[in-house]
Amino acid sequence: MTWFTFPGDNLLCRCLGISITAWLTLLFVFIIVPAVLGVSFGIRRLYMRTLLKIFEWATSRMEMGAKEKNQQLHKPYSNGIIAKESPSSLQQELQDLRGSASCLRSEPEFEMADIFYFCRRGVESILDDEVTKRFSAQELESWNLLTRSNYNFRHISLRLTVLWGLGVLIRYGILLPLRVTLAITGISLLVVLTTLVGFLPNRELRFYLSEKVHLMCFRICVRALTAIITYHNRENKPKNGGICVSNHTTPIDVIILANDGCYSMVGQVHGGLMGMMQRAMVKSSPHIWFERSEVKDRHLVAKRLSDHVADKTKQPILIFPEGTCINNTSVMMFKKGSFEIACTVYPVAIKYDPRFGDAFWNSSKFGLVNYLLRMMSSWAIVCSVWYLPPMNREEGEDAMQFANRVKAAIAAQGGLVDLIWDGALKRAKVKDAFKEEQQKLYSKVLVGEQDEGEQSDDMHLEDENQEEDENPEDESNQDSTEGQ
Amino acid sequence: MGSKSSSLNKIPNAQELMQETGFSAAHILRLYERFEFLDVDQRGELRPEDFGAIRELSMNPIGDRIISAFFSPGKEAVDFASFVRILAHFRPTETNRTRDGAQPEPANSRTRKLKFAFQLYDQDRDGKISREELLQVLRMMLEMQVTEEQLQSIAERAIQEADLDQDDAISFDEFRKSLEKVDIDHKMNIRFLS
Repeated sequence: MTWFTFPGDNLLCRCLGISITAWLTLLFVFIIVPAVLGVSFGIRRLYMRTLLKIFEWATSRMEMGAKEKNQQLHKPYSNGIIAKESPSSLQQELQDLRGSASCLRSEPEFEMADIFYFCRRGVESILDDEVTKRFSAQELESWNLLTRSNYNFRHISLRLTVLWGLGVLIRYGILLPLRVTLAITGISLLVVLTTLVGFLPNRELRFYLSEKVHLMCFRICVRALTAIITYHNRENKPKNGGICVSNHTTPIDVIILANDGCYSMVGQVHGGLMGMMQRAMVKSSPHIWFERSEVKDRHLVAKRLSDHVADKTKQPILIFPEGTCINNTSVMMFKKGSFEIACTVYPVAIKYDPRFGDAFWNSSKFGLVNYLLRMMSSWAIVCSVWYLPPMNREEGEDAMQFANRVKAAIAAQGGLVDLIWDGALKRAKVKDAFKEEQQKLYSKVLVGEQDEGEQSDDMHLEDENQEEDENPEDESNQDSTEGQ
Repeated sequence: MGSKSSSLNKIPNAQELMQETGFSAAHILRLYERFEFLDVDQRGELRPEDFGAIRELSMNPIGDRIISAFFSPGKEAVDFASFVRILAHFRPTETNRTRDGAQPEPANSRTRKLKFAFQLYDQDRDGKISREELLQVLRMMLEMQVTEEQLQSIAERAIQEADLDQDDAISFDEFRKSLEKVDIDHKMNIRFLS
């Protein structure tokens, strides 16, 4: 008989009902409404500051604990395992190797000892090379209470373990469900609203609304990740009829940039959820999606991009010229394709703060869903975005040089290392041009200049070699872009 | 990256390796991490392809030779212990370490370093660097930058200078003698951070 329900049950149901309502209201008021309107309460920044204090405390506890137990704290070194000598030129090294006795000879010769130079360089690169470490997550100095970024996790102190346990509870129990809810809300709103806007007949109204809708949905997505973004130099924001280029660390880059402005995205057509989102988005805004087969056709790609750029009513295109995700400590070679289009380029530098959660997507280690789950169960994603002043291709500059100039500007602003290597060739063999460069340098030490003939004066020979050193760099850069 | 326990227990024969090579516990740990990092398929051993993935090594003219120095003749894979033993050659020499005759020569002694470099030339391990072997190395280091005649003449000169017993090949002793004045200890050293 239904009269004899336990009074506790009723109370429980009512409590549950009230708490859910309260929760949803809070969610709505504090997160969704500001996202729609584009304002912020500053809660996230407060959260960030609190977290930082806790992390510092945790690290100091670990250090104290390690000292007590007289163990060495295994600190991850951002410098690497070995101390590399300051890079002196090949000539200099070989000169040292041969000793002062032989520098009086008029003709430089091969010495058996020369091999030591190459040998040591080779072994140094086995131990620690500039490139492969860019494809794994950065190592942190202080612990951020995530076991995934810690080498020292032992039971050091009860307080620390309790704190860590609390952290796990909060992250997986509270933050993760909250964020997943927001993400679902954001994505479904995006799909539904863009489709609706696409039906509007009036072109101007459609543009206006589509902008608003895109911004709103991306703002919700940003809150779904608890991304705390600082935008610098907003006056340089990309304008219509231009291309926006940026360094690439994660697929989330797109959300971070689209949070602040409207861009036309470029990409391959996917299936599943992504495909649905793509189809919906393109109804209201001219995004550029390519079929798999079209991607190989460079001319087709270039034509579509140029057409888009020529139309000044369309939004700037967002492109990531690196072609792959790099771990945000460096910028790798930019593909010249996007720099061949004649228009203004707006560079943007994005730098993530790894203390709160590593945003780098290691595609060989994690799939996309796994990655997103990790993102949503980190503390936060903190990053800075710098809008750099627009750049144009100068007279006499070819696409590759222009690309390198832009890359250098982005690297300088974001505090990243500027590398010449092509990130997309993660597992492919190095171009022979680089090896040739090394061989050229060495041969100059041995046999000198071919067309200069014999040089009796040793000093003169050295000067010639120094000048020639500049040229191989450019040549090999040109050579290495042929395989685009 | 994941959470790794920092204890040496994961590494087989860590204590023996430390004794044999002179690396400290921290060094062995870091080397193990690097080994695991290079071992992309998690096989517990490295293959030539894993070394080949290191871009800067591919750029090195004698990169392939260095890679094959890690693999004993006939073996296709190198395990962690062998990896460390080879790298031990590059530790700085300790001049004031006294040892009695019974102890085996440490990996980073001058002689062992020379032997390592010698074997880069001497591929067939017959104890002599023949003219052909020398030419091979020269070709690797110079390839298209010089003509064949120039290569031959360079090789000729080098052999004439070093070959004391006139057998048209450079033995290990002749090699050592010709490098008497070279500061090998400095040039074959890699400073391991502790």
